[in-house]
Amino acid sequence: MSLILVESVEKKYEDKVVLNKINLEINQGEIFGLLGPSGAGKTTMIRLLTGQISATAGKITVFDKEVGKLNGTEKKQFGIMMDQFGLYERLSCYDNLKLFADIYGIKKEQIIQTLRAVGLEKAVKTPAMNLSKGMRHRLQLARVFMTNPKILFLDEPTSGLDPATSEEIHRLLLHKKEMGYLIFLTTHNMGEAEKLCDHIALLNEGKIVEYGQPQEICRKYNHQKKIRIRLKNGEELEYENSRDSAAKIEQLFQEQSIETIHSTEPNLETVFMERTGRRFE
Amino acid sequence: MNNMKAIFCKQAKDTMKNKAVLIQFLMFPVISIIMNQTIKVDNLPEGYFIRMFAVMYIGMAPIIAMSSIIAEEREKNTLRVLLMSNVKPGEYLLGTGTYVWIMCMLGAICMGIVGGYRGTDLMNFLILMAVGFIISIFGGASIGGFCKNQMVANSMMVPAMLILAFVPMMATFNTTIEKYGQILYSQQIQLFISHINDGKMEMKNYVITGINMVIVLITFVVAYRKNGLDE
Repeated sequence: MSLILVESVEKKYEDKVVLNKINLEINQGEIFGLLGPSGAGKTTMIRLLTGQISATAGKITVFDKEVGKLNGTEKKQFGIMMDQFGLYERLSCYDNLKLFADIYGIKKEQIIQTLRAVGLEKAVKTPAMNLSKGMRHRLQLARVFMTNPKILFLDEPTSGLDPATSEEIHRLLLHKKEMGYLIFLTTHNMGEAEKLCDHIALLNEGKIVEYGQPQEICRKYNHQKKIRIRLKNGEELEYENSRDSAAKIEQLFQEQSIETIHSTEPNLETVFMERTGRRFE
Repeated sequence: MNNMKAIFCKQAKDTMKNKAVLIQFLMFPVISIIMNQTIKVDNLPEGYFIRMFAVMYIGMAPIIAMSSIIAEEREKNTLRVLLMSNVKPGEYLLGTGTYVWIMCMLGAICMGIVGGYRGTDLMNFLILMAVGFIISIFGGASIGGFCKNQMVANSMMVPAMLILAFVPMMATFNTTIEKYGQILYSQQIQLFISHINDGKMEMKNYVITGINMVIVLITFVVAYRKNGLDE
Protein backbone atom coordinates (compact mmCIF):
# COMPACT_ATOMS: atom_id res chain seq x y z
CA MET A 1 0.00 0.00 0.00
CA SER A 2 1.49 3.31 -1.05
CA LEU A 3 1.51 5.86 1.78
CA ILE A 4 3.42 8.57 -0.04
CA LEU A 5 2.84 9.55 -3.65
CA VAL A 6 4.79 12.40 -5.20
CA GLU A 7 3.75 13.48 -8.69
CA SER A 8 5.73 15.96 -10.80
CA VAL A 9 6.62 18.07 -7.80
CA GLU A 10 8.58 21.26 -8.27
CA LYS A 11 9.87 23.69 -5.70
CA LYS A 12 11.28 27.07 -6.62
CA TYR A 13 12.64 29.83 -4.43
CA GLU A 14 12.26 32.94 -6.58
CA ASP A 15 14.09 31.91 -9.78
CA LYS A 16 16.06 29.07 -8.27
CA VAL A 17 14.69 25.60 -8.94
CA VAL A 18 15.39 23.47 -5.86
CA LEU A 19 13.36 20.42 -6.89
CA ASN A 20 12.43 19.64 -10.45
CA LYS A 21 9.66 17.22 -11.56
CA ILE A 22 10.06 14.74 -8.72
CA ASN A 23 8.05 11.51 -8.83
CA LEU A 24 8.10 8.99 -6.00
CA GLU A 25 5.94 6.20 -4.66
CA ILE A 26 6.72 4.82 -1.24
CA ASN A 27 4.96 1.94 0.44
CA GLN A 28 4.19 1.02 4.00
CA GLY A 29 6.87 -1.03 5.73
CA GLU A 30 9.73 0.11 3.55
CA ILE A 31 12.81 2.19 4.16
CA PHE A 32 13.24 4.72 1.41
CA GLY A 33 16.49 6.63 1.04
CA LEU A 34 16.88 9.95 -0.70
CA LEU A 35 20.55 10.30 -1.47
CA GLY A 36 22.40 13.29 -2.69
CA PRO A 37 25.23 15.66 -1.94
CA SER A 38 24.74 18.72 0.25
CA GLY A 39 22.40 21.21 -1.37
CA ALA A 40 20.77 18.62 -3.64
CA GLY A 41 17.31 19.34 -2.19
CA LYS A 42 16.92 16.47 0.30
CA THR A 43 15.81 18.54 3.28
CA THR A 44 13.46 20.56 1.07
CA MET A 45 11.85 17.27 0.01
CA ILE A 46 11.20 16.33 3.65
CA ARG A 47 9.78 19.77 4.36
CA LEU A 48 7.43 19.37 1.39
CA LEU A 49 6.35 15.87 2.40
CA THR A 50 5.60 16.97 5.94
CA GLY A 51 3.67 20.05 4.85
CA GLN A 52 6.14 22.53 6.34
CA ILE A 53 6.32 24.24 2.96
CA SER A 54 4.20 24.05 -0.18
CA ALA A 55 5.25 22.83 -3.60
CA THR A 56 5.41 25.33 -6.45
CA ALA A 57 3.86 22.72 -8.77
CA GLY A 58 2.79 19.07 -8.67
CA LYS A 59 0.97 17.00 -6.11
CA ILE A 60 1.98 15.24 -2.91
CA THR A 61 -0.38 12.66 -1.48
CA VAL A 62 0.13 11.17 1.97
CA PHE A 63 -2.40 8.75 3.52
CA ASP A 64 -4.41 9.14 0.27
CA LYS A 65 -4.86 12.85 0.92
CA GLU A 66 -3.11 15.94 -0.39
CA VAL A 67 -0.49 16.86 2.16
CA GLY A 68 -1.80 20.40 2.53
CA LYS A 69 -5.22 19.05 3.47
CA LEU A 70 -4.06 16.70 6.22
CA ASN A 71 -5.70 17.41 9.54
CA GLY A 72 -4.00 17.57 12.92
CA THR A 73 -4.68 13.92 13.79
CA GLU A 74 -3.20 12.75 10.49
CA LYS A 75 -0.13 14.95 10.91
CA LYS A 76 0.39 13.40 14.32
CA GLN A 77 1.15 10.17 12.40
CA PHE A 78 4.38 11.80 11.23
CA GLY A 79 7.57 11.41 13.20
CA ILE A 80 10.10 13.95 12.07
CA MET A 81 13.75 14.11 12.99
CA MET A 82 15.63 16.87 11.25
CA ASP A 83 19.18 17.92 11.88
CA GLN A 84 18.09 21.43 12.77
CA PHE A 85 15.24 20.26 15.00
CA GLY A 86 16.34 21.30 18.43
CA LEU A 87 16.03 19.98 21.93
CA TYR A 88 15.22 21.93 25.06
CA GLU A 89 18.78 22.28 26.27
CA ARG A 90 18.03 22.98 29.92
CA LEU A 91 15.44 20.24 30.27
CA SER A 92 16.35 16.65 31.11
CA CYS A 93 15.90 13.82 28.62
CA TYR A 94 12.77 12.83 30.53
CA ASP A 95 11.30 16.33 30.45
CA ASN A 96 12.11 16.74 26.76
CA LEU A 97 9.98 13.68 26.08
CA LYS A 98 7.38 14.52 28.72
CA LEU A 99 6.34 17.63 26.79
CA PHE A 100 5.56 15.56 23.71
CA ALA A 101 4.01 12.77 25.77
CA ASP A 102 1.56 15.39 27.12
CA ILE A 103 0.86 16.74 23.64
CA TYR A 104 0.25 13.27 22.18
CA GLY A 105 -1.56 11.92 25.25
CA ILE A 106 1.06 9.25 25.91
CA LYS A 107 1.37 7.58 29.32
CA LYS A 108 4.40 8.51 31.42
CA GLU A 109 5.59 4.90 31.66
CA GLN A 110 6.19 4.93 27.93
CA ILE A 111 8.71 7.76 28.29
CA ILE A 112 11.04 5.57 30.31
CA GLN A 113 10.42 2.61 27.99
CA THR A 114 11.35 4.72 24.98
CA LEU A 115 14.48 6.09 26.63
CA ARG A 116 15.45 2.52 27.47
CA ALA A 117 14.85 1.44 23.87
CA VAL A 118 17.33 4.00 22.57
CA GLY A 119 19.86 3.31 25.33
CA LEU A 120 19.35 6.49 27.31
CA GLU A 121 17.98 4.94 30.49
CA LYS A 122 21.00 6.17 32.47
CA ALA A 123 20.58 9.71 31.19
CA VAL A 124 16.94 10.16 32.21
CA LYS A 125 17.71 13.16 34.43
CA THR A 126 20.58 14.54 32.35
CA PRO A 127 19.92 17.93 30.75
CA ALA A 128 20.09 17.81 26.95
CA MET A 129 22.93 20.33 26.98
CA ASN A 130 25.16 17.75 28.72
CA LEU A 131 24.57 14.98 26.17
CA SER A 132 27.10 13.89 23.56
CA LYS A 133 26.19 14.27 19.89
CA GLY A 134 25.30 10.60 19.60
CA MET A 135 23.10 10.77 22.68
CA ARG A 136 21.36 13.87 21.33
CA HIS A 137 20.58 11.98 18.12
CA ARG A 138 19.20 9.12 20.16
CA LEU A 139 17.09 11.51 22.22
CA GLN A 140 15.70 13.02 19.02
CA LEU A 141 14.94 9.52 17.77
CA ALA A 142 13.29 8.71 21.08
CA ARG A 143 11.05 11.74 20.66
CA VAL A 144 10.07 10.45 17.23
CA PHE A 145 9.63 6.80 18.25
CA MET A 146 7.63 7.56 21.38
CA THR A 147 4.68 8.92 19.44
CA ASN A 148 4.35 5.70 17.40
CA PRO A 149 4.06 7.43 14.03
CA LYS A 150 3.18 5.59 10.84
CA ILE A 151 5.78 7.50 8.82
CA LEU A 152 9.23 8.48 10.02
CA PHE A 153 11.05 11.29 8.25
CA LEU A 154 14.71 11.25 9.20
CA ASP A 155 17.06 13.88 7.84
CA GLU A 156 20.66 12.58 7.98
CA PRO A 157 19.99 10.47 11.10
CA THR A 158 23.62 9.37 11.53
CA SER A 159 25.42 12.43 10.23
CA GLY A 160 28.59 13.08 12.21
CA LEU A 161 28.20 10.03 14.44
CA ASP A 162 30.84 7.44 15.22
CA PRO A 163 30.43 4.00 13.59
CA ALA A 164 29.26 2.30 16.78
CA THR A 165 26.47 4.85 17.40
CA SER A 166 25.50 4.76 13.71
CA GLU A 167 25.30 0.98 13.91
CA GLU A 168 23.06 1.27 16.96
CA ILE A 169 20.75 3.68 15.14
CA HIS A 170 20.66 1.38 12.09
CA ARG A 171 19.58 -1.45 14.36
CA LEU A 172 16.77 0.69 15.78
CA LEU A 173 15.59 1.69 12.30
CA LEU A 174 15.58 -1.89 11.01
CA HIS A 175 13.58 -2.91 14.07
CA LYS A 176 11.03 -0.16 13.32
CA LYS A 177 10.85 -1.32 9.72
CA GLU A 178 10.00 -4.84 10.91
CA MET A 179 7.16 -3.27 12.90
CA GLY A 180 5.71 -1.89 9.65
CA TYR A 181 6.86 1.73 9.80
CA LEU A 182 7.51 3.63 6.60
CA ILE A 183 10.89 5.28 7.02
CA PHE A 184 11.91 8.09 4.69
CA LEU A 185 15.51 9.00 5.26
CA THR A 186 17.96 11.30 3.60
CA THR A 187 21.64 10.59 3.72
CA HIS A 188 24.85 11.12 1.87
CA ASN A 189 26.24 7.92 3.34
CA MET A 190 26.08 5.36 0.53
CA GLY A 191 26.94 2.44 2.78
CA GLU A 192 24.06 3.33 5.05
CA ALA A 193 21.68 3.48 2.11
CA GLU A 194 22.82 0.13 0.71
CA LYS A 195 22.46 -1.47 4.11
CA LEU A 196 19.10 -0.03 5.18
CA CYS A 197 17.05 0.98 2.17
CA ASP A 198 14.60 -1.05 0.14
CA HIS A 199 14.49 1.67 -2.49
CA ILE A 200 16.58 4.73 -3.09
CA ALA A 201 16.55 7.80 -5.27
CA LEU A 202 19.73 9.60 -6.22
CA LEU A 203 19.12 13.32 -6.20
CA ASN A 204 21.35 15.80 -7.95
CA GLU A 205 20.64 19.51 -8.29
CA GLY A 206 16.96 18.98 -7.64
CA LYS A 207 16.49 16.10 -10.10
CA ILE A 208 16.23 12.38 -9.50
CA VAL A 209 18.94 10.81 -11.61
CA GLU A 210 18.38 7.21 -10.55
CA TYR A 211 15.65 5.32 -8.71
CA GLY A 212 15.24 1.72 -7.60
CA GLN A 213 16.59 -0.96 -5.29
CA PRO A 214 20.23 -0.30 -4.33
CA GLN A 215 21.53 -3.68 -5.53
CA GLU A 216 19.52 -3.45 -8.73
CA ILE A 217 20.98 -0.02 -9.49
CA CYS A 218 24.51 -1.26 -8.86
CA ARG A 219 23.93 -4.25 -11.13
CA LYS A 220 22.51 -1.98 -13.81
CA TYR A 221 25.73 -0.01 -13.90
CA ASN A 222 28.00 -3.05 -13.87
CA HIS A 223 29.40 -2.36 -17.33
CA GLN A 224 32.64 -4.30 -16.86
CA LYS A 225 30.97 -7.54 -15.79
CA LYS A 226 34.28 -8.94 -14.61
CA ILE A 227 35.53 -10.95 -11.68
CA ARG A 228 38.51 -9.61 -9.79
CA ILE A 229 40.71 -12.05 -7.89
CA ARG A 230 43.57 -11.38 -5.54
CA LEU A 231 45.88 -14.31 -4.97
CA LYS A 232 47.69 -15.13 -1.76
CA ASN A 233 50.99 -14.24 -3.45
CA GLY A 234 49.69 -10.69 -4.02
CA GLU A 235 49.01 -11.09 -7.73
CA GLU A 236 45.74 -9.56 -9.01
CA LEU A 237 43.77 -11.18 -11.83
CA GLU A 238 40.69 -10.09 -13.73
CA TYR A 239 38.43 -12.48 -15.65
CA GLU A 240 35.42 -11.97 -17.84
CA ASN A 241 32.23 -13.03 -16.08
CA SER A 242 31.71 -15.85 -18.60
CA ARG A 243 31.72 -19.64 -18.96
CA ASP A 244 35.24 -19.57 -20.35
CA SER A 245 36.59 -18.14 -17.11
CA ALA A 246 34.90 -20.73 -14.92
CA ALA A 247 37.51 -23.43 -15.44
CA LYS A 248 40.38 -21.07 -14.67
CA ILE A 249 38.72 -19.82 -11.50
CA GLU A 250 37.85 -23.37 -10.44
CA GLN A 251 41.47 -24.32 -10.80
CA LEU A 252 42.53 -21.42 -8.59
CA PHE A 253 40.03 -22.59 -5.99
CA GLN A 254 41.41 -26.11 -6.11
CA GLU A 255 44.95 -24.78 -5.71
CA GLN A 256 43.66 -22.81 -2.68
CA SER A 257 45.57 -19.80 -3.95
CA ILE A 258 42.69 -17.25 -3.80
CA GLU A 259 42.78 -14.64 -1.08
CA THR A 260 39.77 -12.52 -2.20
CA ILE A 261 37.26 -12.62 -5.03
CA HIS A 262 34.94 -9.81 -6.06
CA SER A 263 32.61 -8.90 -8.87
CA THR A 264 33.26 -5.51 -10.45
CA GLU A 265 29.77 -4.08 -9.95
CA PRO A 266 29.98 -0.45 -8.82
CA ASN A 267 28.77 0.98 -5.53
CA LEU A 268 26.19 3.76 -5.35
CA GLU A 269 28.85 6.43 -5.18
CA THR A 270 30.35 5.24 -8.46
CA VAL A 271 26.89 5.17 -10.01
CA PHE A 272 26.26 8.72 -8.83
CA MET A 273 29.57 9.84 -10.32
CA GLU A 274 28.78 8.15 -13.60
CA ARG A 275 25.33 9.74 -13.79
CA THR A 276 26.30 13.25 -12.70
CA GLY A 277 30.02 13.60 -13.21
CA ARG A 278 30.43 14.80 -9.63
CA ARG A 279 31.48 13.28 -6.35
CA PHE A 280 29.29 12.85 -3.30
CA GLU A 281 30.31 15.49 -0.76
CA MET B 1 -6.36 23.07 26.11
CA ASN B 2 -4.20 19.97 26.55
CA ASN B 3 -1.45 21.42 24.36
CA MET B 4 -1.63 24.75 26.14
CA LYS B 5 -1.25 22.99 29.48
CA ALA B 6 1.73 21.03 28.16
CA ILE B 7 3.41 24.24 26.95
CA PHE B 8 2.67 25.91 30.29
CA CYS B 9 4.25 23.03 32.27
CA LYS B 10 7.27 22.90 29.97
CA GLN B 11 7.78 26.64 30.39
CA ALA B 12 7.51 26.37 34.16
CA LYS B 13 10.27 23.74 34.25
CA ASP B 14 12.44 25.50 31.70
CA THR B 15 12.26 28.91 33.36
CA MET B 16 13.41 27.48 36.70
CA LYS B 17 16.71 26.72 34.94
CA ASN B 18 16.77 29.84 32.77
CA LYS B 19 18.32 32.51 34.98
CA ALA B 20 17.98 35.26 32.37
CA VAL B 21 14.19 34.95 32.40
CA LEU B 22 13.73 33.89 36.01
CA ILE B 23 15.50 36.99 37.30
CA GLN B 24 13.01 39.20 35.47
CA PHE B 25 10.17 37.80 37.56
CA LEU B 26 12.05 38.17 40.84
CA MET B 27 14.16 41.29 40.44
CA PHE B 28 11.56 44.06 40.67
CA PRO B 29 9.42 42.58 43.46
CA VAL B 30 12.51 41.82 45.55
CA ILE B 31 14.19 45.21 45.00
CA SER B 32 10.98 47.14 45.58
CA ILE B 33 10.21 45.23 48.78
CA ILE B 34 13.75 45.72 50.10
CA MET B 35 13.71 49.44 49.29
CA ASN B 36 10.22 49.89 50.68
CA GLN B 37 11.21 48.25 53.94
CA THR B 38 14.65 49.82 54.38
CA ILE B 39 14.57 53.37 52.99
CA LYS B 40 12.66 55.79 55.19
CA VAL B 41 12.70 59.41 54.01
CA ASP B 42 10.59 62.22 55.44
CA ASN B 43 7.65 63.26 53.25
CA LEU B 44 8.13 60.24 50.99
CA PRO B 45 4.64 58.94 50.22
CA GLU B 46 3.82 55.49 51.59
CA GLY B 47 4.59 52.74 49.10
CA TYR B 48 6.51 55.14 46.82
CA PHE B 49 9.07 52.52 45.78
CA ILE B 50 6.40 49.91 45.26
CA ARG B 51 4.52 52.18 42.85
CA MET B 52 7.69 53.16 41.01
CA PHE B 53 8.94 49.60 40.61
CA ALA B 54 5.47 48.25 39.83
CA VAL B 55 5.44 50.30 36.63
CA MET B 56 9.00 49.30 35.77
CA TYR B 57 7.95 45.70 36.38
CA ILE B 58 5.11 46.11 33.87
CA GLY B 59 7.40 47.72 31.31
CA MET B 60 10.23 45.21 31.53
CA ALA B 61 9.56 41.71 32.89
CA PRO B 62 6.78 40.51 30.52
CA ILE B 63 8.45 42.05 27.47
CA ILE B 64 11.84 40.49 28.17
CA ALA B 65 10.39 37.14 29.21
CA MET B 66 8.02 36.77 26.26
CA SER B 67 10.39 37.97 23.56
CA SER B 68 13.33 35.94 24.95
CA ILE B 69 11.31 32.74 25.21
CA ILE B 70 9.89 33.02 21.68
CA ALA B 71 13.16 34.14 20.10
CA GLU B 72 15.07 31.29 21.76
CA GLU B 73 12.53 28.74 20.59
CA ARG B 74 12.79 30.08 17.05
CA GLU B 75 16.56 30.13 17.15
CA LYS B 76 16.87 26.57 18.49
CA ASN B 77 14.09 25.26 16.23
CA THR B 78 12.17 23.81 19.15
CA LEU B 79 9.19 25.89 18.11
CA ARG B 80 9.16 24.18 14.74
CA VAL B 81 9.08 20.78 16.44
CA LEU B 82 6.10 21.89 18.48
CA LEU B 83 4.23 23.23 15.47
CA MET B 84 4.97 20.01 13.57
CA SER B 85 3.46 18.16 16.52
CA ASN B 86 0.21 19.91 15.78
CA VAL B 87 0.49 22.54 18.48
CA LYS B 88 -1.37 25.58 17.14
CA PRO B 89 0.42 28.94 17.25
CA GLY B 90 -2.40 30.27 19.43
CA GLU B 91 -1.99 27.40 21.90
CA TYR B 92 1.74 28.05 22.12
CA LEU B 93 1.33 31.79 22.64
CA LEU B 94 -1.48 31.30 25.14
CA GLY B 95 0.47 28.69 27.13
CA THR B 96 3.60 30.80 27.24
CA GLY B 97 1.74 34.06 27.79
CA THR B 98 -0.33 32.60 30.63
CA TYR B 99 2.80 31.36 32.34
CA VAL B 100 4.51 34.76 32.07
CA TRP B 101 1.35 36.51 33.27
CA ILE B 102 0.95 34.25 36.30
CA MET B 103 4.60 34.64 37.29
CA CYS B 104 4.33 38.41 37.00
CA MET B 105 1.08 38.42 38.97
CA LEU B 106 2.71 36.48 41.82
CA GLY B 107 5.31 39.24 42.03
CA ALA B 108 2.58 41.88 41.84
CA ILE B 109 0.67 40.26 44.74
CA CYS B 110 3.79 40.45 46.92
CA MET B 111 4.37 44.06 45.90
CA GLY B 112 0.76 44.99 46.56
CA ILE B 113 0.72 43.48 50.04
CA VAL B 114 4.06 44.99 51.02
CA GLY B 115 2.97 48.32 49.50
CA GLY B 116 0.17 48.50 52.04
CA TYR B 117 -2.78 47.84 49.72
CA ARG B 118 -5.64 46.01 51.34
CA GLY B 119 -9.15 44.92 50.34
CA THR B 120 -10.56 46.80 47.35
CA ASP B 121 -7.38 48.81 46.92
CA LEU B 122 -5.34 45.62 46.63
CA MET B 123 -7.83 44.26 44.13
CA ASN B 124 -7.66 47.44 42.05
CA PHE B 125 -3.86 47.41 42.20
CA LEU B 126 -3.79 43.83 40.95
CA ILE B 127 -6.29 44.57 38.17
CA LEU B 128 -4.14 47.47 36.97
CA MET B 129 -1.03 45.33 37.10
CA ALA B 130 -2.83 42.51 35.26
CA VAL B 131 -3.90 44.85 32.45
CA GLY B 132 -0.37 46.27 32.18
CA PHE B 133 1.16 42.79 32.05
CA ILE B 134 -1.26 41.70 29.33
CA ILE B 135 -0.38 44.67 27.12
CA SER B 136 3.34 44.07 27.72
CA ILE B 137 2.99 40.34 27.02
CA PHE B 138 1.49 41.12 23.62
CA GLY B 139 4.30 43.64 23.09
CA GLY B 140 6.94 41.03 24.00
CA ALA B 141 5.24 38.45 21.77
CA SER B 142 5.30 40.97 18.90
CA ILE B 143 9.04 41.48 19.35
CA GLY B 144 9.52 37.70 19.48
CA GLY B 145 7.47 37.44 16.30
CA PHE B 146 9.68 39.85 14.42
CA CYS B 147 12.98 38.31 15.58
CA LYS B 148 14.67 35.15 14.36
CA ASN B 149 17.06 34.86 17.26
CA GLN B 150 17.73 36.14 20.76
CA MET B 151 20.36 38.64 19.71
CA VAL B 152 17.96 40.46 17.42
CA ALA B 153 15.26 40.24 20.10
CA ASN B 154 17.58 41.83 22.64
CA SER B 155 18.38 44.72 20.34
CA MET B 156 14.66 45.34 19.84
CA MET B 157 13.47 44.81 23.40
CA VAL B 158 15.99 47.11 25.11
CA PRO B 159 14.73 50.39 23.62
CA ALA B 160 11.10 49.29 24.09
CA MET B 161 11.54 48.49 27.76
CA LEU B 162 13.68 51.56 28.43
CA ILE B 163 10.90 53.76 27.12
CA LEU B 164 8.08 51.89 28.83
CA ALA B 165 9.83 51.40 32.16
CA PHE B 166 11.92 54.52 32.62
CA VAL B 167 9.81 57.28 31.09
CA PRO B 168 7.10 56.97 33.83
CA MET B 169 9.81 57.06 36.50
CA MET B 170 11.55 60.10 34.99
CA ALA B 171 8.19 61.78 34.49
CA THR B 172 7.95 62.21 38.25
CA PHE B 173 10.96 64.53 38.07
CA ASN B 174 10.46 66.34 34.75
CA THR B 175 7.27 67.95 33.46
CA THR B 176 8.25 67.77 29.78
CA ILE B 177 8.83 64.03 30.03
CA GLU B 178 5.59 63.76 31.98
CA LYS B 179 3.72 65.61 29.22
CA TYR B 180 4.98 63.39 26.40
CA GLY B 181 5.11 60.24 28.51
CA GLN B 182 1.34 60.36 28.94
CA ILE B 183 0.89 58.58 25.65
CA LEU B 184 2.37 55.41 27.16
CA TYR B 185 0.20 52.82 28.86
CA SER B 186 2.87 52.30 31.50
CA GLN B 187 2.61 55.94 32.58
CA GLN B 188 -1.16 55.79 32.53
CA ILE B 189 -1.05 52.75 34.79
CA GLN B 190 1.27 54.63 37.12
CA LEU B 191 -1.35 57.39 37.27
CA PHE B 192 -4.10 54.86 37.91
CA ILE B 193 -2.06 53.30 40.72
CA SER B 194 -1.35 56.74 42.23
CA HIS B 195 -5.09 57.43 42.34
CA ILE B 196 -6.26 54.05 43.60
CA ASN B 197 -7.36 55.60 46.89
CA ASP B 198 -9.19 58.65 45.52
CA GLY B 199 -10.32 57.34 42.11
CA LYS B 200 -9.57 60.70 40.43
CA MET B 201 -9.11 59.44 36.91
CA GLU B 202 -10.44 60.98 33.72
CA MET B 203 -11.86 59.37 30.63
CA LYS B 204 -8.72 60.27 28.65
CA ASN B 205 -6.64 57.96 30.88
CA TYR B 206 -8.85 55.03 29.92
CA VAL B 207 -8.85 56.04 26.27
CA ILE B 208 -5.05 56.32 26.10
CA THR B 209 -4.62 52.92 27.76
CA GLY B 210 -7.19 51.45 25.34
CA ILE B 211 -5.40 52.97 22.34
CA ASN B 212 -2.10 51.54 23.55
CA MET B 213 -3.68 48.11 23.80
CA VAL B 214 -5.10 48.38 20.26
CA ILE B 215 -1.72 49.49 18.87
CA VAL B 216 0.08 46.58 20.57
CA LEU B 217 -2.55 44.14 19.31
CA ILE B 218 -2.22 45.46 15.75
CA THR B 219 1.58 45.15 15.97
CA PHE B 220 1.14 41.62 17.26
CA VAL B 221 -1.18 40.67 14.39
CA VAL B 222 1.16 42.27 11.83
CA ALA B 223 4.16 40.43 13.31
CA TYR B 224 2.50 37.04 12.99
CA ARG B 225 0.75 37.70 9.69
CA LYS B 226 4.06 38.78 8.20
CA ASN B 227 6.36 36.13 9.61
CA GLY B 228 4.12 33.44 11.07
CA LEU B 229 5.25 31.96 14.35
CA ASP B 230 8.02 29.98 12.71
CA GLU B 231 9.29 31.34 9.43
